[in-house]
Amino acid sequence: MAKQITKQNFEQEVVNAGSPILLDFWATWCGPCQRQGPIIDQMAADGLNVGKINVDEQPELAQHFRVMSIPTLVVVKNGKEVQRAVGLHAREQLEEMLRNA
Amino acid sequence: MENIIIIGSGPAGTAAALYAARAGLKPLLLSQGMGALEKAERIENFYGIQPMSGAELHAQGEAQAKALGARIVRTQVLGVSGFDTYTVTTTDGAYEAIAVILATGVKRAAPPIAGLRELDGRGVSYCAVCDAFFYRGKRVAVLGSGDYALSEAEELGMAGSITILTGGAPQTFSKPCPYPLDTRPIEAIVGEEQVEGVRFADGETLPLDGVFIALGTAGGSEMARRIGAALDEKGNVQVDREMQTALPGLFAAGDCTGGLLQVAKAVHDGTVAGLSAIQYVRTYRKNHPEL
Repeated sequence: MAKQITKQNFEQEVVNAGSPILLDFWATWCGPCQRQGPIIDQMAADGLNVGKINVDEQPELAQHFRVMSIPTLVVVKNGKEVQRAVGLHAREQLEEMLRNA
Repeated sequence: MENIIIIGSGPAGTAAALYAARAGLKPLLLSQGMGALEKAERIENFYGIQPMSGAELHAQGEAQAKALGARIVRTQVLGVSGFDTYTVTTTDGAYEAIAVILATGVKRAAPPIAGLRELDGRGVSYCAVCDAFFYRGKRVAVLGSGDYALSEAEELGMAGSITILTGGAPQTFSKPCPYPLDTRPIEAIVGEEQVEGVRFADGETLPLDGVFIALGTAGGSEMARRIGAALDEKGNVQVDREMQTALPGLFAAGDCTGGLLQVAKAVHDGTVAGLSAIQYVRTYRKNHPEL
């Protein structure tokens, strides 16, 4: 399972991550998010730096990133957003986003 | 619970229905009519048939499917949802099915509206169910002129205000539109970082926080996108060799999957999708004997 990013651990897991991290903004009611989730989990299992943010439980984080559509995938590097994609994406596309960060 | 629901009764949907009907699965075809064939005045390049109009070919196809046991219901499909089995929502109610085949054809490309692509995910949305959450108390508009637009608007109940923008297209609502309606042609969706409004062709701007796109009727791509099946880079429904989408039990065939816009290709797709869906339903029933 990918780590769950919250207001509490955001600083530690994202801002001070050391390497770029891919964040998946999602919610339980969103069909495409249900397909994106297992892809993110698999990437986590394979050692890639990814995290999930439940917009329902973490509205402040969603607002901070101005997320208005889910799934939204954001790559953060040194605490700054460097890549963004909206909608369901394949693993290859997400890995490329991380590589390009 | 239906075995197989096929959305669209063009050559792809009807070909799928022929196989499913002959397999004894009594498929249900939901269709608004003939789609792209209506515009084909004369078809003379399809194997083995005398030249005839698209309308004639469509009527013969439907009659053939019916004679083999397929059921055809004239309705407008608004969307498909579900994870294990599927719910197909129409303007006349909902149906449940083990497998669904999207054979909707493609819509004529809508005239491009400036800002649509640039503001995608920044106030422009294609899925009210997914994104209504972000617009609590805010000003939103649904861009569309038919029942599909109304069904998207219904998902936006928590928004502060909802306006329907037809963008100058003729209205096709089957019931009175309960939302404020603006029929002016649209020039652009405007905003720097995110959507700030819609500018009409007459120069006036309507301030908005979000614009939901629901033009025309729900096409295969919209249905697939909202349920979480992937689209290809051209926006067509992505399928594998069995014509299955990324979701088990959800198939697609014909023009909505891209490639040649030809009857022969649609019939091939429908045949493969039909046979795949038959296999899927049989396996599903074996694993769910309670059904």
